[in-house]
This record gives sequence, structure tokens and C-alpha cells, in this order.
Amino acid sequence: MNHNQYIEVIGVQQSFKTKKGPFLALSTIDLTIAKGEFVTLIGHSGCGKTTLLNLIAGLSTPSEGVVMCAGHRIDGPGPERAVVFQNHSLLPWLTCFDNVYLGVERVFGASEKKHQLTQRVQATLALVGLTHAAHKRPGEISGGMKQRVGLARALAMEPKVLLMDEPFGALDALTRTKMQDELLDIVARTRSTVVMVTHDVDEAVLLSDRIVMMTNGPAATIGEIVQVDLPRPRRRVDLVENSEYVHYRKAVIDFLYTRQTYVEKAA
Amino acid sequence: MIGNWFGVRPLALVEDAAAKAAPSVRSGRSAAMAPRRLGTHPVLQFCVYTLLPPLCGFALLIGAWALATGDESLFPTPWATLEAAIVLFSDPFFVYGPNDVGIGWHVLSSLERVGVGFGLAALVGIPLGFAIGRYLFVGRMMDPLISLFRPVSPLAWLPIGLLVFQGSDPAAIWTIFICSIWPMVINTAVGVQRLPQDYLNVARVLNLSEWKIFTKILLPAVLPYMLTGVRLAVGIAWLVIVAAEMLTGGVGIGFWVWDEWNNLNVTHIIVAIFVIGSVGLMLELVLVRVAQAFTFEDVKS
Repeated sequence: MNHNQYIEVIGVQQSFKTKKGPFLALSTIDLTIAKGEFVTLIGHSGCGKTTLLNLIAGLSTPSEGVVMCAGHRIDGPGPERAVVFQNHSLLPWLTCFDNVYLGVERVFGASEKKHQLTQRVQATLALVGLTHAAHKRPGEISGGMKQRVGLARALAMEPKVLLMDEPFGALDALTRTKMQDELLDIVARTRSTVVMVTHDVDEAVLLSDRIVMMTNGPAATIGEIVQVDLPRPRRRVDLVENSEYVHYRKAVIDFLYTRQTYVEKAA
Repeated sequence: MIGNWFGVRPLALVEDAAAKAAPSVRSGRSAAMAPRRLGTHPVLQFCVYTLLPPLCGFALLIGAWALATGDESLFPTPWATLEAAIVLFSDPFFVYGPNDVGIGWHVLSSLERVGVGFGLAALVGIPLGFAIGRYLFVGRMMDPLISLFRPVSPLAWLPIGLLVFQGSDPAAIWTIFICSIWPMVINTAVGVQRLPQDYLNVARVLNLSEWKIFTKILLPAVLPYMLTGVRLAVGIAWLVIVAAEMLTGGVGIGFWVWDEWNNLNVTHIIVAIFVIGSVGLMLELVLVRVAQAFTFEDVKS
């Protein structure tokens, strides 16, 4: 298996049936992601970022082309490609512990004993700094904490790929910053392959190895890819005045606001 | 889907649940909007704003009743009714003959019929609601039937019960069954249909088994809707039993009302009205408590 071609998106098109006829959301996407790489998908609203992520997750199947992971064709969702949803999607009747346990039990339940499963859940909750909230229900904790439980649920399954759909989009700026730093730290430790959808330029440059910039929909495709060669570990404070950081940031902003100006679609 | 056939009613039923489950709405009013309040002492406040208004309501009712009735009126006075009630409740569980029993027995046998009829309706209605909500085919198959039969008056079903079951008791239970099944079917189906797609996506990504999906996602998500259906069903069952028993006879609060009418014992009818109301209120309170215990904050998208 070639580690440089861990996830392959080959000639993918995605169209949806609507009342006005077929709607082409994505046209001819080709993308290869290496093992351990952190890739962000960035673009304006409605450019099909989430559609592409859902294809890799297997939540939907492409109209044309194939999506491969580790040499196998993706034909459905599975715990080896864990998803962190935009709105956390925790089950409100389960405690934080039980929300994480649900996935862990499914993945490791057949091979490990109950106390080992419990240890896994506790370790992951500790990783995201939520040991104290393990026995609270999602309704009793803050938005940032819920998002961290969502991240823990994904991480605890030890997925080969971590797929994140604007995971911090609903958080306030300070919490988001903290979560980004924690994610940097966690990914450095777990060496996960990550595909993340975002619309935040700073977030993309800070976290990514590559930034995939998408053109406006309909029939969106990959406009340009920026390779971010900033050394790791990255620290937000050091990067602010780093000339390379400023350069990457400008490249993305230039693409998004000069060449792909957001146009409000006539509905 | 289901809404086309059922019209607005399921929505109204569901919203009713939300209002019941959120008793904090009143206290959430802003300070500017709050009505002017006298005094600040908590005991005084409790007496004036919590105890006094309902007492005023009852005083008004009894006052109007006392003014409208006199010694020569056919309609009994509040005092006569109270005296009759004291006699009735001093020995509620006597048995003098097959139909001549205390009011306690009447209430208990009515509750038993409601329990059996409603229980059978829950056993059939809740699984049917799940099937209608989960499978489009079943939903479309049942929609016209439900729309057709739901508005039918309970008493129209009674002769069918008498014919098929050849007995007054099973016929009354049948009537309860057929009238209390609809809210449970409809609310369960609506609950299943409103299951957020996010939860199903979680189930798919975690690759949960059908059993886990049912116990960890479907059932808890639908439970509040289901309990609203149960509450409405019990309410309807308690309404219907009085009418059904008036026609079938035997022992039961509805039969008792009709029997006392034949005896022209109007004080007992009035006592029965208060008893029926109180029992209905208690059933409602218990079920609202149960529903509140199982209502959780939903994911907001």
C-alpha cells in the first residue's frame, strides 16, 4: 500500500435530484491524501465542501467516479473513518461517557473486556480534558465541551481517518482558538490522517499540511491547493509575525475574496 | 407524508406536549412584563398568588350554584351535595348486591376497564406507530384508514363490540381500545419521522447494530412523543368510559351516573362529576410527570 495515496478521490461527480431537475454540486474532483496528512477543505458556503467530506465518510455515494481509502473502495460509512459533526450530534439522553462508549463498544467490544473499554473511554475523555464531565449529560455542559465530547467519540474509535465538518464553526472565537490548539496537540500525538472542512482562513493555515481551495458552486471543483510548509509543532503566537504564515494566509484570502468572490445565489 | 392525511392535528398534539413539558415559561417573563405584586414576604406571596386564585375560582362556582338553587329547586344545593358526598365517602366499598356497591368499587371497575382497553391499545398502537414512521409503505397504507376511523365517535363502535364479543364488558373495553389507539399511533409515528438525521448519521458512522439503533437512538428519541400520545389516549379513554358504561351497565362510574339519574338522585350525579374530574386530573398529573422525566434537550442545527 502506498502511504502517499491513502485516500484517493478519483473523477468524482455528485449531483442531486431537485424539483427543478438534477443539480450538479461537485464536478470532476481528483484529490489524493497521504497517510498522516492534515488537509483542510475551504471555500464559500454552498461550494460542496461538506458534500465532498460526506463522500469520503461514505454517508453518500458519488454519482460518478470512486473514493478509495487504504486501497479499498468506500461504499458506506464505518468507524475507521470517524466523523466529527458540525453540531456535535451527541445523544442527549446519554452521558458524555456513554456517548463515547457507544462507539468504543462497537469497535473494540468483540476483542476486549469491559474494563478495557471503560479505560479507553476514560483515557480519551482525559485527552480532551473532560474527565470531570464524564457523567454529565450534553444538556448540562457548554458548547465547547460538547464539541470536545464529539471529538473524543471520534478519537476513541482509533479511526484511520478523522473527518471533521466545521467542528468549531459554532463556537465563540476564544473557545475556538483553544480547541484548535488542543486539536494540533492531539493530532501530533495520534498522528491521525485528518480531513477538515472550514471557512476560517487562520484555522486552515494553522492546522493544515495542505489547503484545498474550492471554487464556487454549482459544479464546484478544486480551484487550487496550497502546500503549507510551516514547521511543526506550530504555535499560534510565533506564527503571527512569521512571514511565511502571512504569505500562506494571503494566498488563501486572495483566492477566496479576489478570484472566487462569494455570489449570493438566486434561489 | 403523514401530515397530508392527518391534517394539522398531530402537530397540535405535539405542541401541546411541549407546553406541558415546559412549566417554566411563566416564570421566564421579563421584569418589565411581570405583573405588579403586593408585598415581598414569601408566605404572603404564596398565599396571595398560589392559594388564593384557585380558591376564588371555586368560591365563585359554589356561590353562583348556591344563588341559583333554593329549597324548592329540583337542582340540589351545594350543601345537600356535600352532605350526600360525606355519606358516600364514609363507606365507599360496601357491597349490597351485584349492582348496589359503593362508589369506590364503581371507580375501580371503571379504571380497570380503562386500564385493560388502554393497555391493549398501547400494545398494538405503539408498534404500529413505529412501523408507520419507519416504513413509508406502511405509512401510506395506514394513512387513509386512520384518517377515516379517527373522527368516529366512540359510541358508534359500541354496537360492533357488542356484536363481536357478545358481552357488555368486552364491548366497553373494545370501545376504549379503538378510541385511545389513535393518539398513540399518530404521535409515535410523528416522533419517528422527526428523528433528526444527525442521530441516524451517528448510527451509520458508528456502524451500530439494528438493536443498538433501536434501544440507544430510536426509542429514547421517540419516547417524549410516545408519552404525549399515551397521555392523550388515557384522557380520551377516561372520557369514553363514562359514555360506554352508561350504555352497557354493570358496575362502573358511568353506569352509576345513569342509575342515579333513573333514581332521580341528582346530588349523586354531581358528586360523580367531581369524582370523574378528580380521577382524570390525577391520571393527567402522573403522566405529565413521567413525560417530563424523559424529555431531553435536542440537537439544534
